[in-house]
Amino acid sequence: MSVAVTKSRYQSEEFSARLRRRYAAERRFRIAGMLAVGIASLMLVVLLGSIVSKGYTAFWQAQIRLEVTLDKQQVEERNYTALVRQALYAQVPAATDRATRRLLNDLLSSGAPYELEAMVNANPSIVGTTQTVWVRADDEIDQFMKGFIRRDVPEAERRLSDVKIAAIDALVAKGSIRSTFNTTLFTAGDSREPEQAGILGAVVGSALTLVVTMLLSVPIGIAAAVYLEEFAPKNRWTDLIEVNINNLAAVPSIIFGLLGLAVFLGFFGLPRSAPLVGGLVMALMTLPVIIIASRVALKAVPPSIREAALGVGASPLQTVTHHVLPLALPGILTGTIIGMARALGETAPLLMIGMVAFIVDIPGGLTDSATAIPVQIYMWADSPERAFTERTSAAILILLAFLILMNGLAVFLRKKFERRW
Amino acid sequence: MQLTVLLIILALLTVIGYQMGRSRAVASVGGRIVELHSVPSYHGFYVALWAGLPALLLFAFWGASEGWLVMQMVLSGLPDRLVNGDAQALGLLRADILNLAHGVATGREPDPEVVAAAERYLRLHALGDWSLLVIGCCIAIGGLLYARGRIDPDLRARNRVERTVNIALVICSLVAILTTIGIVLSLLFEAIRFFAVVNPLDFLFGTHWSPQMAMRADQVGSSGSFGAIPLFAGTLLITGIAMAVAVPVGLMAAIFMSEYASPGLRTWLKPILEVLAGIPTVVYGFFAALTMAPFVRDLGNSLGLSVSSESALAAGFVMGVMIIPFVSSLSDDVINAVPQSLRDGSYGLGATKSETIRLVVLPAALPGIVAAIMLAVSRAIGETMIVTMAAGLTANLTANPLDAVTTVTTQIATLLVGDQEFDSPKTLSAFGLGLVLFVVTLTLNMVALRVVQKYREKYD
Repeated sequence: MSVAVTKSRYQSEEFSARLRRRYAAERRFRIAGMLAVGIASLMLVVLLGSIVSKGYTAFWQAQIRLEVTLDKQQVEERNYTALVRQALYAQVPAATDRATRRLLNDLLSSGAPYELEAMVNANPSIVGTTQTVWVRADDEIDQFMKGFIRRDVPEAERRLSDVKIAAIDALVAKGSIRSTFNTTLFTAGDSREPEQAGILGAVVGSALTLVVTMLLSVPIGIAAAVYLEEFAPKNRWTDLIEVNINNLAAVPSIIFGLLGLAVFLGFFGLPRSAPLVGGLVMALMTLPVIIIASRVALKAVPPSIREAALGVGASPLQTVTHHVLPLALPGILTGTIIGMARALGETAPLLMIGMVAFIVDIPGGLTDSATAIPVQIYMWADSPERAFTERTSAAILILLAFLILMNGLAVFLRKKFERRW
Repeated sequence: MQLTVLLIILALLTVIGYQMGRSRAVASVGGRIVELHSVPSYHGFYVALWAGLPALLLFAFWGASEGWLVMQMVLSGLPDRLVNGDAQALGLLRADILNLAHGVATGREPDPEVVAAAERYLRLHALGDWSLLVIGCCIAIGGLLYARGRIDPDLRARNRVERTVNIALVICSLVAILTTIGIVLSLLFEAIRFFAVVNPLDFLFGTHWSPQMAMRADQVGSSGSFGAIPLFAGTLLITGIAMAVAVPVGLMAAIFMSEYASPGLRTWLKPILEVLAGIPTVVYGFFAALTMAPFVRDLGNSLGLSVSSESALAAGFVMGVMIIPFVSSLSDDVINAVPQSLRDGSYGLGATKSETIRLVVLPAALPGIVAAIMLAVSRAIGETMIVTMAAGLTANLTANPLDAVTTVTTQIATLLVGDQEFDSPKTLSAFGLGLVLFVVTLTLNMVALRVVQKYREKYD
């Protein structure tokens, strides 16, 4: 006995073909999604990778050993350049004629005599003795030692002449060139010479700017958020303020720079390039961010807390300051830190108010001329020397380190104090 | 120096005032706090406010007006020969006096009258600071004593303190409005001065941009031309490239993360996008200028195309990467706002996941996604550092992504960086561009925010 099997239309050829197509479409869609995430991750890796690979060498700096005889008379005449050069010639006895020696002078950083002078000033008793000192090499020597200037290209296309390379080889053979941790990068201000340039001036400038930003935007931002969230009546005025804050958060940062230029510099006559003005502009810029974050944090506090406080007789202000605000504080703090991190990385408004200037000194006050880390990056990125490219990447790494620190703190605070009601 | 001293004294006086008010209130009822209208700490705050606030207001007022006031006094003491110039000469004179007073070398031999004026400026400044210190202290102590004298069991200290705090809160929330007004006024004011020299229609619709103005009348090429169309076109080109990267990648990433990725995978992917969003724009600019642009150029050259080393493609691509997290987080929000019941209904009819997303979730989320894209466009238009570092400076009217173009923000940045006189059309044109930029981004933001809000309410 056999049963006639008729295929239902759900098992027909057309049906399974359609199903296959639909599943294929499903797979393609899924792969497209993965691809998108993959592209984003890949770009992050390429971005960070290119910066790290360009920048990590900047943390090392070539130094040349000199046996300097600190002749009393030369020291008194402050003729440190001659002292340094004599010591260098002694290191490379092969170079005897004037032309070669003049080339040799370029091996040392132009700051080398000042290093020696600082050493003598710190310890005058060494005058008259022979001292072994390590001084910074010129940035081209440094780049050569790091392998960025290759010796197999023809001399005419190379930034270092054969004579210099021969001298370097002689120094290397004697063990008179070493590579040390580049402390200058962290302890000096800006300079035209890459080997003497450091990020400290910009770091201090950024810190001063951020202090002004924080002192202004945090109290004002929290106060505005408290008012809008807890006290403001619902009317057209407060609606206007709210729309206004949301729009301000999306205004391009360069517009804030124009505002600072026209109002703070043009109208109030505050000094150019000052961290004070930078801080003011950044404060106006971060204010909406802090207000929005604070309002979210305040909103997350359940109404029962307020009702309980009001029920036992607290005034509205007491309710807020004694109960709501302390509970919302971790959230507010997190938002504030993220706002500050954004201000730290912001460049465009600072360009407008003149914080983009060549400043060697480390700023000492709020009205001194200063730059900030991102602006320093912008300026170094424009410099043609290979050694500055390396230092730009290093400055970026330092900036990213600060940002990671701040964001890490924000995440930590959120994790530690986060409360679900 | 005196100002710091004053601030420290004020801080001390407020603390003392708080303690005084508190203890006096307690003493006034002999320790039976119940008989006070307000709790003792409110009496403390009352006295502290009287001690600190008036002096602080004076301090703020003085800080804002001192420089101007002193300068007016100095200028009025100068001979007419120096003061009777046009506005520009007067501005120069002011700058000279300030530079001399702060010991900045001016580069030319100063007029003895100006030197005397600078000394007078310093003297008056010091005098002003000292008198502020004295007057500030007097006001603070006077306020403290007055408030202390008013302490009484029936004093409605709480109401008064709370009213003051309330006013302070309102003022703080008005700062945002003031900022907007400040932006609008400063842009308008300078832009009007610009449009007095350059016809607004020539500015908006002219096709040639070269903002160089001659210093002397007889110089070659004495009149700059301010036709901003090439800048707008360049901005649109770069924005278009950025959107072509950011929208598909950002949207698909958001869909993948919210619909497909397992929770474990999501905890890995979310931080990656957050890091991408947190990287400062100057870093993207450096990457675009030193890594991406040479790469694009070499790639193009190897394909036989002539690619500018400041191609719009490199800048636009990197800007797109920067905006990916922005698009994806906004789209993530709107996709998550689509109710689960819509998805369940679609699954119930036998749709696959991708069909549900394409035919149900995305149409439902469309207004929100459009708004997100508008916000992203506004962000791309206003982005400055990437284009300043990686895009060109010459204004080309071209649609070829391999050419160098310049943008509105690049021009603003380059026109205003460095020393510039404040009233040349070249400088002022930056404010004209700023005004256009502000109006365009503001419109985009307003519309987008309105759409998002409306849409959110729909499913709430």
